[in-house]
Amino acid sequence: MPAIDVQNIGRTYKVYQKREGLFASVKGLLHREYRDVHAVRDISFTIEEGEMVAFLGPNGAGKTTTLKLLSGLIVPTSGTATVLGYTPWKREDAYRRRFSLVTGQKEQLWWDLPAQESFRLNKEIYRVSWDDYRSRLDELTELLEVGELMGQPVRELSLGERMRMELIAALLHRPDVLFLDEPTIGLDVVSQRNVQQFLLKYQKEQGITVVLTSHYMKDVEALCDRAIVINKGNVIHDGSLDDIVDRFSQHKIIELHFGGDSTPRGIDRYGVVLEDRPPMLRLQVEKQKVSHVLSKVLAEYTIDDVSVSERPLEDVIAELFAADNKQNADNE
Amino acid sequence: MLTMSDSVAQSALTNFRQGLRIKWVILKTAMEERLVYRGDFAFATLVRFLPIITQVFLWNAIFAGDSQRQLNGYSYSAMVSYYLLVMVARAFSSMPGLSNGIAMSVRDGSVRKYLLQPVDMLGYLFWHRIAHKLVYYIVATGPFALVFWLCRAYLPAWPEPLVLFACGMSLAMAFLIGFLIEALIGLVSFWFLEVSSLIFIYMMMSYFLSGHMIPLEWIAEWIPWVHYLPFKYLAYFPAAILLGRIPPESLMLELCIQAAWIVALLVLNRVAFHYGVRRYGAFGG
Repeated sequence: MPAIDVQNIGRTYKVYQKREGLFASVKGLLHREYRDVHAVRDISFTIEEGEMVAFLGPNGAGKTTTLKLLSGLIVPTSGTATVLGYTPWKREDAYRRRFSLVTGQKEQLWWDLPAQESFRLNKEIYRVSWDDYRSRLDELTELLEVGELMGQPVRELSLGERMRMELIAALLHRPDVLFLDEPTIGLDVVSQRNVQQFLLKYQKEQGITVVLTSHYMKDVEALCDRAIVINKGNVIHDGSLDDIVDRFSQHKIIELHFGGDSTPRGIDRYGVVLEDRPPMLRLQVEKQKVSHVLSKVLAEYTIDDVSVSERPLEDVIAELFAADNKQNADNE
Repeated sequence: MLTMSDSVAQSALTNFRQGLRIKWVILKTAMEERLVYRGDFAFATLVRFLPIITQVFLWNAIFAGDSQRQLNGYSYSAMVSYYLLVMVARAFSSMPGLSNGIAMSVRDGSVRKYLLQPVDMLGYLFWHRIAHKLVYYIVATGPFALVFWLCRAYLPAWPEPLVLFACGMSLAMAFLIGFLIEALIGLVSFWFLEVSSLIFIYMMMSYFLSGHMIPLEWIAEWIPWVHYLPFKYLAYFPAAILLGRIPPESLMLELCIQAAWIVALLVLNRVAFHYGVRRYGAFGG
């Protein structure tokens, strides 16, 4: 049985439509017009136990709504879902003891007290035994390197430190499923990497199921093999990250190091010059023309070094969303 | 068969113990939190005694210093002792920040903590509030004792133990009624995000209808049905017990009615939470 099984789930909100101006505001007191917004239209997927899957999508795509559905915060308007065999929005205690949701909003911890007080409270709420509590806390504080911060009020911690404390609070009861909504939002590069490395290691060791959303493609590349791409409330891709580039990118990148100190003129007839830093030049070329361009360039110029790579996932995804939006706009 | 019922009893006991431990840890943590801003807190507590002093002087002016004069059945000393005891009752029944706190957590989404974790929101807030009150009493007992000592000439003699006990009961229930009414107002924010005007209306109503401003007997002359509302249990009733204004034969009945209000408000809170969370789930968060 998959850990997470989602079938044709949909979620529609009624949103109050206010027209411009004071007169409209007064009119709105008496009569209101509502518009249906389909946050999630018809999404289906399954996630096996121990998988680490990313939800990708632009703002408003329905990623967070999907996570909210799976953690039981909101009720769907159509479809079904089970997580670990439970229907999330019934909010049974038995289910709530087995998952955690960590969001960039970070609201688990008591602001004015050291994080350890919040951990102690979570220990009781989730009924963790003293032995488990101590060993898990030791393990997590060591992995996340926050030992000396345990006695400091949460409000005095930096954003990155607080995020790591949030993670500890979320993992003390050793959930089987972990939902992460933008776990590295607002963090500096070092903190981001710390959190990534921790998640990777922890997930491997514990074999828990992790679903994460992130705008930050480095997160996704570092952590997940599989991505579910959502846009406008629909799944547009479900598969490995490499597949995304394979499927949606029409171009590759050729990096050329020329002999001598300069790069030749006129090379843009072979493709789009992305970067020109003599003697290095990066060229974006259509996939099917790569070998043709390579043979031409190698014959024509003196080349010291050459490499061909895929386009960065980030660019491909950005292009994919832009194209999808345009297509939607054309259809409407 | 015996072993099965034994194990059921065992697990019920374990559940009970764990439940108690959660409450204790919430209480302890919330008390620690309260003590973080001890300077501000102590100052706020002291400032709250200023109105008591001005009110005593105000009544002195109204009675024109005439200790024989009676106003609607209250002499100056009866008035002062009524007012002081009402303030004690308010120390139990007022819940600063409770409704607003709930409304804010609904608005900014932090209410989701109670939906994601296996806890009962109302129970959690209740123990949180008990912690608030305990810390408040620790700080306020001294000033209260001082005020009572200064006004000792106006106070009646020590009441019978039974009356004292009834007063203690009514104070504990005043706390519960205050908590449940304000929690209910807070839960309304699941429907209307902004509840501050509702809180204002409640504050005004309870100020008049609880007997906080003037003795309830005076208000009952204009609004006879004020006795059927729950507000009087927030201030008037505990004070009136101690002052011997509740006839002994109706004391028990009154306490039962107070308890009935608690049950009714608790049911209302549960219903509001049940439907409120469903609405939250339907409209998002």
